[in-house]
Amino acid sequence: MADFEPKIVAFVCNWCTYAGADLTGTSRIKYATNVRIIRFPCTGRIDYMLLLKAFDEGADGIIVSGCHPNDCHYTSGNFHARRRWIMFRELCDFVGIDINRVLFSWVSAAEGSKWADVVNTTVTRIRELGPYTEYQKVAKHPIREVTNG
Amino acid sequence: MSKIGVFVCHCGENISATVDCAKVAETAAGYDGVVYSIDYKYMCSDPGQSLIKSAIIEKGLTGVVVASCSPRMHEPTFRKACAEAGLNPYMCEMANLREHCSWVHEKGDATTEKAIDLVRILVEKVKKNHSLNAIKVPVTKTALVIGGGIAGIQASLDIANSGHKVILIERDPSIGGHMSQLSETFPTLDCSQCILTPRMVEVAQHENITLYTYAELESLEGFVGNFKAKIRRKSKSLDEKICTGCGQCTTKCPVKKIPSEFNEGLGKRTAIYVPFPQAVPNKPVIDRVNCTYYIKGKCKVCEIVCPTKAIRFDQEDTIVEAEVGAIVVATGFTVKQPDFFPEYGFGKYPDVITGLQFERLASASGPTLGEIRRPSDGKVPEKIVFIACAGSRDPAKGIPYCSKICCMYIAKHAMLYQHKVHGGKSYVFYMDIRAGGKMYEEFVRRAIEDDGVNYIRGRVSRIYEKNGKLIVKGADTLLGAMPVDIDADMVVLATAGIANEGSEELAQKLHTSYDSYHFFSEAHPKLKPVETNTAGIFLAGACQSPKDIPESVAMASGAAVKVACLFSQDELTREPLIAVVNRQAAPVFSSCVGCFLCVSACPYQAIEKEEIKNRTGEVIKTIAKVNPGLCQGCGTCVAFCRTKSIDIQGYTHEEMYSEVMALLNEY
Amino acid sequence: MTLGLYPGCSLKGSSREYTESVLAVAQACGIELVEIEDWNCCGATAAHNLNKELSLALPARILSLAEKQGMKEVVVPCAACYSRLTVTNHELAVHPELKQTITKGNGLDYKGSVEILNIIQMLDKYITPNLEGRIVKPFEHKVACYYGCLLVRPHEILKFDREEDPQSMDELMLKAGATPIDWAFKTECCGAGLSVSRTSSVGRLSGEILKDAADRGAEAVIVACPMCQSNLDMRREAINSYLGEKIDIPVLYVTQVLGLALGIDRKTLGLQRHFVAVNI
Repeated sequence: MADFEPKIVAFVCNWCTYAGADLTGTSRIKYATNVRIIRFPCTGRIDYMLLLKAFDEGADGIIVSGCHPNDCHYTSGNFHARRRWIMFRELCDFVGIDINRVLFSWVSAAEGSKWADVVNTTVTRIRELGPYTEYQKVAKHPIREVTNG
Repeated sequence: MSKIGVFVCHCGENISATVDCAKVAETAAGYDGVVYSIDYKYMCSDPGQSLIKSAIIEKGLTGVVVASCSPRMHEPTFRKACAEAGLNPYMCEMANLREHCSWVHEKGDATTEKAIDLVRILVEKVKKNHSLNAIKVPVTKTALVIGGGIAGIQASLDIANSGHKVILIERDPSIGGHMSQLSETFPTLDCSQCILTPRMVEVAQHENITLYTYAELESLEGFVGNFKAKIRRKSKSLDEKICTGCGQCTTKCPVKKIPSEFNEGLGKRTAIYVPFPQAVPNKPVIDRVNCTYYIKGKCKVCEIVCPTKAIRFDQEDTIVEAEVGAIVVATGFTVKQPDFFPEYGFGKYPDVITGLQFERLASASGPTLGEIRRPSDGKVPEKIVFIACAGSRDPAKGIPYCSKICCMYIAKHAMLYQHKVHGGKSYVFYMDIRAGGKMYEEFVRRAIEDDGVNYIRGRVSRIYEKNGKLIVKGADTLLGAMPVDIDADMVVLATAGIANEGSEELAQKLHTSYDSYHFFSEAHPKLKPVETNTAGIFLAGACQSPKDIPESVAMASGAAVKVACLFSQDELTREPLIAVVNRQAAPVFSSCVGCFLCVSACPYQAIEKEEIKNRTGEVIKTIAKVNPGLCQGCGTCVAFCRTKSIDIQGYTHEEMYSEVMALLNEY
Repeated sequence: MTLGLYPGCSLKGSSREYTESVLAVAQACGIELVEIEDWNCCGATAAHNLNKELSLALPARILSLAEKQGMKEVVVPCAACYSRLTVTNHELAVHPELKQTITKGNGLDYKGSVEILNIIQMLDKYITPNLEGRIVKPFEHKVACYYGCLLVRPHEILKFDREEDPQSMDELMLKAGATPIDWAFKTECCGAGLSVSRTSSVGRLSGEILKDAADRGAEAVIVACPMCQSNLDMRREAINSYLGEKIDIPVLYVTQVLGLALGIDRKTLGLQRHFVAVNI
């Protein structure tokens, strides 16, 4: 498993974490290359079906990150995201999706180094967990076959 | 069929040092729908932009992906370039190869691979993008100013002088606010009323200003440029048009013992009253709570003596509806009362007073005509103690913030006392002297050095009464916390400036936010100090936090400029990245089922209910509808929607799913 | 009804009359107070200035013993002990790591189930609701209720009464038939910590307190703390020499007043033990 390079998708809001990741760049702080960032206006916009879709498409780990509580550009989107996350987590756990593969975090526009830490922590964690083959085994192939057939 | 152009930027060496840009461009060229792909040293330079523009024209591109720096940096640049070449600007997307890739990773295959992935997701997104047009909203060029203190007066005058209509509403019977109560003002010691009253008169006479005193905001609907305000004009029990303000009624009114609000309870007023002689408008109102007629059903002395028969006992409140385009909130502040301080006597000693009460004692128009006399027995105090930070900067009292104005007005009070009571002794207990401001520090030094005010750095633990004196127990921390006991004749507490009662309800009516101390919240503490989170609503003065007069006036003028900017256009242009509810052909009309979960999710009250009617006017379906003027585009409703009927332009389901799918699928 | 009792050192020594009156009042109202077995010093005055962990470890042992001996509520008549025990209870509850260090060092096991009652809380909770018809000799005197510094502070932790202008003892005195006066020194320091080392300071600090009470016509000063009592009572000589006048108003414990009102005889309440004769 030493050469396993996890695929990690980051769902982030435009105003805090995306800007925070920009700051990581301008501060030239290095982090693992495994993450691909997808920009949303607000964490409140993130439909958690997208997270399932990402697993469905072969992601090994997911980061969801937005503004700190009370700092939301849209006043309350991150609170909605947090509430939905709590529900989603329970649901994932119930249906057997490994909740350790999703990391929920707050990274502000001033926390460039925190973003690097969040990515590196997630990569390390997912590396330990290994490729997420279980999901693809149960979900991906049967669905593909049915739709194709 | 999409025709996408990919433009990979080297950013000098910022990107190309770690990312193989040529390989990125080459790989992108192989994607479905990509008809043009190129790398170039500086995409944002003029030649770089020309490259994009000519490709759009020559290749007939339907979408553009610029792979360069963060979209937070150059998205407007490239979208503008696309628009100039005739491509809808929202068909241009940026892949962030610099901040999110080249700057944070070492040179290597993994980095180039990541860059390729980032380009691919944006290519897939842009294929699903739609042309969008900026939203235009009309503007009603009338401003509503709430609060007629110095901030509200200044904002009203500035807006009115820039040629726009203003409706100014004030809760009390007269405009003027706290500034009209002040004696002299720091740091120049000029008379407060002398500089204020001309402005009050100007407000009353200005042709662009409609003044409603004794009025409050009842409700507010709408959005920037298009608010609908309901204003409750409380009954003055008087026909203002007939009343000449002669004052017969106020002299003859038999109820004379009501504590005067204007004099902070130190003077008395009648039940029909004008709050102070220079009031604007200078016409009385009847205080129905204290008027004998309203309590017992008889009296009517005022009606009998009124030469113009202007009294209207049966007058009711009226509601005025006004359409306004912008709102300035200038509702001011209030001060904590001494009954908040058990250690300082809990309000039971009449000679322990607030700073605002001292202003009335020192004012020539006050209850003592400007002589410093103590409220209990009218004697001139020979020793007076001022206590700064009474409540302020005290987390145990729930007021951790600095009230900001106290250091200065205490110095002024002490100075006025020394000027008026020769041979009197004054003491100031303080924590720090915060005299930041033009000529402020000099003013405080003057109080200490020229007027001989004794400044003692330390807190007061207790005030108690003994043999007719108020014993002030404190400590001098500059002398090693040496206990100091002063047998004072009068004590003035610089009680904390706090939010007005009802500020929370007003904020809720306006749909703006307020902080944990119930002051109104600005949109950004540094760069948007007069704006609120609600577009079109601005703040002026101490309703945002305690402020002195120059600051309030500056803020009011700032808010006025913001209003004038808004009113300088006939239509407002906004980014079209907002939510929309889908509409379909009959008989479905929309996949929206009308659960209105989105309504509760929306932080901006931007979602309304829309009725779909048939030809005979019968309602067939009620669905959600997004008000484009209010929607700020957060997309929280989108994630909430059970039937996926609401979507957000620029971040649609289709676009976001394409991104996720493109990211992980091997090409 | 049985409650735990932590007497502390003062109540066993210089303030025996406090213990006697607490027990007498409790007994009269059908409450049994059981002393914690093998209790130790609470560490007041010295320990918390010198070593934070020690200052918590001492009360932690007491609390843990009380818990082990099955006590849900422990009455702590001494204000200083009350302060130490309550602060410790709070610190252990909010800082689990600290609790770990302290309980480990002592070999203790403390779950945090013990509730501490000061004397006024105990009286309010268990005695005053049953007072009706029992006040046979109302204490019809003007009294100055003196709370001292430790009974109401730190307010954030004790959450007992108003810290700057407490009222609970005044209300209790009203119920016993007394007339509490409004005065200025309810929570001023009596100089307790300096009683032995700088008696002259006690003379000054306690002197101010007594003088104000006397000036306002108090016939007795009522206390709920053995330190306050001994300073105002035992140090009367130093006080009078500081004031340059003779003040002879007695200093009574709140339980002694209640005991008198309940008709308990003076000797049982230990009134003969005072330095300043109790002639009311």
